[in-house]
Amino acid sequence: MGFLKVSSPHAHGPMSTASVMRLVLLATLPGMLALTWFFGFGTIVNVLWASITALAFEALALRWRKRPIGFYLNDYSALVTAFLLGIALPPAAPFWLIMIGTGFAILICKQLYGGMGYNPFNPAMAAYVMLLISFPVQMTQWLAPKGSFAGDLLGPIEALRYCFGFGREAIDAITMATPLDVLKQNNSLLVSDLWSQSPQFGQVAGKGWEWANAGFLLGGAYLIYRRIFTWHAPLSMLAVLTLMSLFFYDGGSSASGGSPFFHLFSGATMLGAFFIVTDPVTSAVSNRGRLIYGALIGLLIYIIRVWGNYPDALAFSVLLMNFAAPFIDHFTQPRTYGHKTKGADK
Amino acid sequence: MSQLIRKVWDIHGGIHPAENKQQSLQSPIQAAGIPPQLILPLAQHIGAPASPIISVGDRVLKGQMIAEAKGFVSAPVHAPTSGTVVAIESRLIPHPSGMSGACIVIDTDGQDEWISHSGVDDFRSLSKMDLIDRVRQAGIAGMGGAGFPSAVKLSTRDDKPIETLILNGTECEPYITADDILMRERAAEIIAGAEILRHLIKPSKETLIGVEDNKPEGIAALQKAAQGTGIEIVPFPTKYPSGGEKQLIQILTGKEVPAGGLPADIGIVCQNIGTATAIYRAICFGEPLISRITTITGEACSQPRNYEVLLGTPVQFLLDQSGFKKDDCIRLVMGGPMMGYTLQDTAVPIVKTSNCVLAPSAAELPPPPPAQACIRCGMCAEACPVSLLPQQMYWFSRAQEHEKLEDHQLFDCIECGACSYVCPSNIPLVQYYRASKAEIRQAQQDKIKAERSKERFEARTARLEQEEAEKEAKRAARLKAAKDKAAAAASNPDSSKTDLIQAAIERSKAKKADAADPAQDAIARAQAKAQDRVQDKGDGKVAAEDPAAKTERLQLLLASAERRLVSAREKLALAKEQASENVEAFATAVIKTEDKVAALQIEIANHQASLASAPAHDAADPAQAAIARAMAKRAGVSADESDEDKTQRLQNLVATTEKRLAAAQQKLSTAQEQNDANVAAFATGVEKTQSKLETAKQDLAAHLARLAAETPASAETTPAPSSSDDPVQAAIERAKAARAAQADMSDEDKLKQTIASLENRIARTQEKLSAAQESGDDKAEILADSIAKLQDKLASAKQQLG
Repeated sequence: MGFLKVSSPHAHGPMSTASVMRLVLLATLPGMLALTWFFGFGTIVNVLWASITALAFEALALRWRKRPIGFYLNDYSALVTAFLLGIALPPAAPFWLIMIGTGFAILICKQLYGGMGYNPFNPAMAAYVMLLISFPVQMTQWLAPKGSFAGDLLGPIEALRYCFGFGREAIDAITMATPLDVLKQNNSLLVSDLWSQSPQFGQVAGKGWEWANAGFLLGGAYLIYRRIFTWHAPLSMLAVLTLMSLFFYDGGSSASGGSPFFHLFSGATMLGAFFIVTDPVTSAVSNRGRLIYGALIGLLIYIIRVWGNYPDALAFSVLLMNFAAPFIDHFTQPRTYGHKTKGADK
Repeated sequence: MSQLIRKVWDIHGGIHPAENKQQSLQSPIQAAGIPPQLILPLAQHIGAPASPIISVGDRVLKGQMIAEAKGFVSAPVHAPTSGTVVAIESRLIPHPSGMSGACIVIDTDGQDEWISHSGVDDFRSLSKMDLIDRVRQAGIAGMGGAGFPSAVKLSTRDDKPIETLILNGTECEPYITADDILMRERAAEIIAGAEILRHLIKPSKETLIGVEDNKPEGIAALQKAAQGTGIEIVPFPTKYPSGGEKQLIQILTGKEVPAGGLPADIGIVCQNIGTATAIYRAICFGEPLISRITTITGEACSQPRNYEVLLGTPVQFLLDQSGFKKDDCIRLVMGGPMMGYTLQDTAVPIVKTSNCVLAPSAAELPPPPPAQACIRCGMCAEACPVSLLPQQMYWFSRAQEHEKLEDHQLFDCIECGACSYVCPSNIPLVQYYRASKAEIRQAQQDKIKAERSKERFEARTARLEQEEAEKEAKRAARLKAAKDKAAAAASNPDSSKTDLIQAAIERSKAKKADAADPAQDAIARAQAKAQDRVQDKGDGKVAAEDPAAKTERLQLLLASAERRLVSAREKLALAKEQASENVEAFATAVIKTEDKVAALQIEIANHQASLASAPAHDAADPAQAAIARAMAKRAGVSADESDEDKTQRLQNLVATTEKRLAAAQQKLSTAQEQNDANVAAFATGVEKTQSKLETAKQDLAAHLARLAAETPASAETTPAPSSSDDPVQAAIERAKAARAAQADMSDEDKLKQTIASLENRIARTQEKLSAAQESGDDKAEILADSIAKLQDKLASAKQQLG
């Protein structure tokens, strides 16, 4: 006896938070494969170790907070943070570096604020910035791309060994500055000369980088197709970055900031556009707000890359705009049906 | 065909839930039959419930009105079949809260006997008013779900011309097929109803029937029926919630109904196709709304289908015919899966708005999983048909931030459930909005209530203040009258006046008999008697009274009045302390007594002056005459007061008054802080003290000015006679000399002089006191004290005098 007494609606769509997160994880695969193809198994090891530690920290925090552990681990949100951080870190980063990163991301940036949905800053980006400031040496040791040095890429076993600190000295032999770094440090060569002289450069951007970015672009396009997020923030970010690099592109002098292609397919551009900027928790909520939010991140990326001190700028730009998101929300309320003005009729 | 190329607009958001409409479309409409009992709620529509016009035990016929509309926004109820009214009582009604409501219960007799009724052959022959009245009498209310009385909706105003008449055949909710099957089977009736509506509304531009493109059979049937009528059937892409009135208007016209407005504001009237059919039957056959088409569906029913159901039929009666398996049914929904509400009991009846009863299995509509945290993914905002930000509203609703909710247009939410449907975290968003709407409405009610009580309080305060002001004015008028009287007495010091004053004193004494001290009373009576005797001796002529005796008598009277004054003041002080109600009465008594004392003093002064002015009549006592002369002079210009003394006195007066003013202001501010009822009285006190201070200052200034002016003059005039003496001084000297000569008299004279001086001082102090009393100043007590001391001195002096 007794029918269920619930309020409408009674039907529910097929989407769940866990399925959203799983799709996001799935969409990182093309980019991750490209990174592995060009830089070896370091990234995979990063991601695996980050996932293990992130889940452990998440469980620990939930236990402290007396929350049901299984229920929350099932939302896959900790895994998304781990994947993004693992991809962003230099391949085969030291295990402790990764652990500090995930610990900071999960414990401080997420659970301390109240867990999923309550964090004002993107946990992966906050952890990345913390690590970059605290451990600049380890954070800037990016591996040389395939074909730029004699010898084999990191295999899975090697990557594991390096990650856990065995024979780590050897890794120095195969690290190189990233293309963004090279361009930034350059002040004597024309871009075309730089291109021909440095092994880091590929067809349009960094060797390997252009493919990794293409992979993340593919994954992002899939997520838009699946309506996991809207096109507004990624597109406006990429558009502004393109416009900025086009506007300041001087044809390739020694002081050049780099071509639009170079900016779009270097560093963390595509990863950021489709996997960081689209983080719903820390971004603006309305479509108009997301256009502004993405555009400002694109602007900041160009400014910091070309005129700032850091070769890549995604994490800083995103964190800065995380601060601004509530403010943007306040001014970008959509126009409701039947109302003449945007926001409140006052 | 024009229908195919007609432009339609898109609404923001929307979702595509599984339609599940085919199940109930497998068989045609079936009459549900007559249940043994019908339960007819009096409120099946929006607005005031209908009012029963039959009694328990009455036999009713099919179509007979059993409850009439109560007010403009209301609809009558009719008997759906013949039978006997067995009860008018509270029964479970279909309502989200599962509440009961007043219902008419009819035991059916199975004869289905119609009341005599007839329609019109040509509705075009009827006036608009007549048609609308027929719709009203037929009890038709919006059959799409809201149940707004149709007659009200059709009563369009002439100042708002209608361009477009829209018939809503969207039926966007999953599962429900009542309108779909109506279109398939009774398209002609819909079109006939549309013709009537068109005739009624007279849309200047067009008549449209909007149908989602998932009902091709229905669209085809309508198009066939509408051929040649000019009524346009507009198919548009299926999307929930296109069937909302505002959404359909946007889809078909691109216009938006202004927030807080009605479709008529933008020249549109929208009616459900089921309503159009009901109107057709009411006008053309005279049949009131007594049945409707209801879908019974869901996996817990083995034979889902549409029924033509008599209103009041219990849901159980329909479920029984549909192969309902209770054990399979997880929840029973009245309406669709998006906006319907759950029923707790199958005994509730089908009403005018019941388009569907959904009996799903657990697999079909599983119980909601626990909600996860909101990740602001924004899928809700993407789905919202009115462009709200549901995720933001959710946070505000949880934090009970009502202002921000209203700022985010919470009240524009149509509760379609699209946001909840898409929410990946399974948050029951609509439930939050409903709760917040209720909270805000409650808060508004409370606010209105609080404002009303504030208004009441303010009105009361104003009334009390006015009463107080009136009292104050009366008091002032009384005081002024008393003063005028005293002034009149003073300005006209003839003996008959004296008599009048004495008579007044007598009256006052009589009046105050119970309030005054018995001893004093006795004294006063004795004095009065003594005076009577004196008057008797003087052959009833006051003028013949011996001057010395008169002085004495007056002084006695004065002493008595002064004693009474002291006593009255004590009482007043006591009453004030105890916040007694009699304060006012006592204050009046004090003021009156003061007036009397003042009057007596004036009288004495006058008497003495008259004595002094006629010294020749009393040669026997030259010394006294001299003294009297001097006193008369003093009475006139305070001559016996040296200029320095007067300056001193006036300065003192100014200083004291200032002190009193400060004290009065202090009291006023305390009273204001404590919201004391006496604020007004204190304020008046402060004002009066201020004016007193002004007077005192003016006196002082005038005196000083006079001094400055006179000093040289007196220096010129006075040196001539004897350098050390002014005339008064001389008189006193002479009096002293005379007194020295008559040594036996001198003590008495001295005493008399002392007495006169004391009396003078008392008079002045009392003047101040009366002012202080008037204003409620508490310096009054100090003044009263000093008066008492002076009176003591006076009494002892008089005693010495014998």
